[in-house]
Amino acid sequence: MAVVKKSAGSYTFKIVAYAVCILLTVLSIFPFIIMLVNATRSSAQIQQHALSLIPGHNLKMNWSYFASQSFNPFTGFKNSIIVACCATLCTVYFSTMTAFALVAYEWKLRKPFFTFIMAVLMIPAQVSSIGFYNMMYKWHWTNSLLPLILPAIAAPTVVFFMRQYMIPSLPMEILQSARIDGAGEFRIFNQIVLPMMKPAMATQAIFSFVTSWNSLFMPSILNTKTEKFTMPQMVALLNGDSYKTEYGTVYLGLFLTVLPILVAYFFLSKYIIEGVALGGVKG
Amino acid sequence: MKTKLKGISYSKYGYLFSIPFVVAFLIFTLYPTIYTAILGFTDCKGINGPENYHFLEHPFENFQKVLSMETFKTSLKNTIVIWIINFIPQITLALLLTAWFTSHSNEIKGKGFFKVVFYMPNIITAATVAILFNALFAYPRGPVNDFLISTGLRDTGYNFIANKMPSKLIVAFIQFWTWYGNTMIVLISGVLGISPDIYEAAQIDGANGVQTFFRITIPNLKTVLLYTLVTSLVGGLNMYDIPKCFNDGGPDNATLTASVFIFKQAFSGKWIYNRAAAASMIMWVIIALCSAVLFFIMRDKEQIKLDKEIKKAKKEAMRASKGGLDQWQL
Repeated sequence: MAVVKKSAGSYTFKIVAYAVCILLTVLSIFPFIIMLVNATRSSAQIQQHALSLIPGHNLKMNWSYFASQSFNPFTGFKNSIIVACCATLCTVYFSTMTAFALVAYEWKLRKPFFTFIMAVLMIPAQVSSIGFYNMMYKWHWTNSLLPLILPAIAAPTVVFFMRQYMIPSLPMEILQSARIDGAGEFRIFNQIVLPMMKPAMATQAIFSFVTSWNSLFMPSILNTKTEKFTMPQMVALLNGDSYKTEYGTVYLGLFLTVLPILVAYFFLSKYIIEGVALGGVKG
Repeated sequence: MKTKLKGISYSKYGYLFSIPFVVAFLIFTLYPTIYTAILGFTDCKGINGPENYHFLEHPFENFQKVLSMETFKTSLKNTIVIWIINFIPQITLALLLTAWFTSHSNEIKGKGFFKVVFYMPNIITAATVAILFNALFAYPRGPVNDFLISTGLRDTGYNFIANKMPSKLIVAFIQFWTWYGNTMIVLISGVLGISPDIYEAAQIDGANGVQTFFRITIPNLKTVLLYTLVTSLVGGLNMYDIPKCFNDGGPDNATLTASVFIFKQAFSGKWIYNRAAAASMIMWVIIALCSAVLFFIMRDKEQIKLDKEIKKAKKEAMRASKGGLDQWQL
């Protein structure tokens, strides 16, 4: 009797659990399907029936309208790729270096320095944006990609993560033997420590890249010229007046900005999920 | 050579390798923060603002002005309301999914797939997501209205984007939709970090799934839950991309968050840098307070404490199983 009862209970549990999971899956994917389908339809079709799963034949038309606008969407791609790649390199390399300083050496200010990093972990750049903008204005660095890249050198969260990862995985004996073999400290870091930290660096690289690629606030206060716009800034333009009646084009534009991320996500999802599980990203 | 090695002090390399971080931090974070604070006490505004400014006679004039502004109060209220509407369902759903995905008695198949799909919205550019939802809820016949009309739920379309409460709800929903997967994965990894011995003990003592979850999982997850709460709060206080791209803080400032307010004061044709700086500093203080809470939590994360917690959790497990027995006997 008890056995039957238990299996009946777990049956209903499973039905409910799977139903909720499938519902959430639909919720996650459906907006993107609508986006993809509507990107191929004409404005008139969308106005009549915006919800449809049958693709139209207007992809070319939408594209030609999209491409005829005053800005070039590929400029956004190019700028975003430059910014995201350089910022990621800076973040990962220098954060690993700072973590190495914190783990491998005994120095007087080591503990205070780490406490300091913990203290500023959560302070976002956004709250100091007015001062940052004024500083960049004085330096004539507005409408340049540099102020979007260089601040990435100091990334407290990444340093924190790297340190946590480095402590158990970097045996000091290896450093000692490298020193005996006559390697300098800088060479030890570049040729021994960096390769050993590859898995952690890969995880952090993915998140740094995504954060940098997706950020809108900083680029939108610093860049006013369309040739320096990043991808999210281009996306924000899709809500503008020139697209008011061009529904299909808006969907197409959105689709184009999502595509590279989605492709990358489905190749890297395993690592990304693992990275999130390690607490590698904050939200 | 070896004898020489002993004499070398390596401590200078600790400083040397920290230099890039420290320099970048001083230039790009600390200096702008101080600069922002200073600007809050000046009359810096106008299109030529960044060049020349003077300190005010009444130093706190800007702060008083900002704090008395209806728009700022609205923006602060909106920020918190939107965060709460998003966070409560988010943490509830994340906890529920965590309980299901880590259940020992009822294995769910396809966990990996579900995790990947639930996390996906988080990786997409927030600006894209906001504009996509703006298009989905379009009036008179966006996809959502089309659905409502064709299923006969409504005769005509509903203008979601022009109404205040629906707009707030949609912005909160977008935030919820993009973050619940992330929260879930963090919580799952927290649960997997709990010693399996505790669960085994609970199982032997006859605790059921619900009891195990509330008496063992939740108490052991306290640190992770607090971490999630604080990070989400700080993220929520900074919310900019979604309300900005969804409807530029509108309609009638219904989705105007603090960050959008600051942006609008300083950069969208008004150039009131001093007031924006004062508002920034107010946000800075609020975020620093939240950050201090997190700092306190993380500092406690030492091994001794951990051992203590495991012991405590074991006791909890015992108590849980006892509680279960009591219920049974009743």
